[in-house]
Amino acid sequence: MKHDLMLIFVIAVVTFLTRAIPFFAFSHKKSPLIEYLGKVLPYSIMAMLVVYCLKDINFLSQFHGASEIIAVLSVILLHIYKRNTLISIVGGTIIYMICVQLIFV
Amino acid sequence: MKKIIKEAFVASIPVLMGYIVLGMAFGMLVQAQGYPIYYTLLMSVFIYAGSMQFVTINLLTSGASLISAALMTIFINARHLVYGLSMLDRFKSMGKYKPYMIFSLTDETYSLLVAEKNNDKRYLFFISLFDQCYWVIGSLMGGALGSFIQINTKGLDFAMTALFIVIVLDQYLNSEKHLPTYLGFVISIICLMIFGSTSFIIPSMIGILVSLIGMYKKEGNYEA
Repeated sequence: MKHDLMLIFVIAVVTFLTRAIPFFAFSHKKSPLIEYLGKVLPYSIMAMLVVYCLKDINFLSQFHGASEIIAVLSVILLHIYKRNTLISIVGGTIIYMICVQLIFV
Repeated sequence: MKKIIKEAFVASIPVLMGYIVLGMAFGMLVQAQGYPIYYTLLMSVFIYAGSMQFVTINLLTSGASLISAALMTIFINARHLVYGLSMLDRFKSMGKYKPYMIFSLTDETYSLLVAEKNNDKRYLFFISLFDQCYWVIGSLMGGALGSFIQINTKGLDFAMTALFIVIVLDQYLNSEKHLPTYLGFVISIICLMIFGSTSFIIPSMIGILVSLIGMYKKEGNYEA
């Protein structure tokens, strides 16, 4: 019980540290490389997060990841034609839910 | 002020859906392991890191030592080091909100802030605050009513994936140079194939950093 709370405390502190370190480490010097990284990293990282979300698709499974493929394409098409973030997200999610709950079961 | 809060709420709606669902999944899991609900509350308020909290449940049940918990935390949260790098400028003018902005910089909040053009500090603060509220509310709901919920929420967590896809698309459509985006995709897919789905994030980040630094050395003043 006491150990549990200590554990949660340690994890909370270390988590905050991993978030805070860049702000301490790079707050004073203005290196052009760091500035450059701050500019281009978001592009690469967001792409990586998309891969992260889709990492568990199994193309060899029964439906070959059909739900994910359909839903991802829906989001892309909705967004290109409507350019409305909410419509793209809600629409894609509903399509995905229909796929995994009703079609590819 | 009211207008700012309202705009921040609208901007945070994509995360609302994802966090309520993921938070509920987390709360139910804590409950299923027989822990009191205040554990859920403590973790969601003070740790506030989605994947790390799921791992925390394992660390709790296995009675892990404090040191191994700390190491595990560094490993899983290493990606946050990189988030900070791209928020250095953004948070510079956040004043008294800055500590909370750093504390609450989750994957999802990062993705909203990265895409945000409005630089009003109260607006950005409320986006971060709303996101955490959704997470706390979701996890408490999961803990409290877990077994009573009748709606089939299977697949609802795709909202998070959709949010990330939309942000990548917006970045892509609003920028002239696409190399950083391609690098992100290619490197993480290669790492996923080599290292597998549970441990490809760290190698991907190292690969991305190294290749971006390489690009910087080659091009000098590249503008994204």
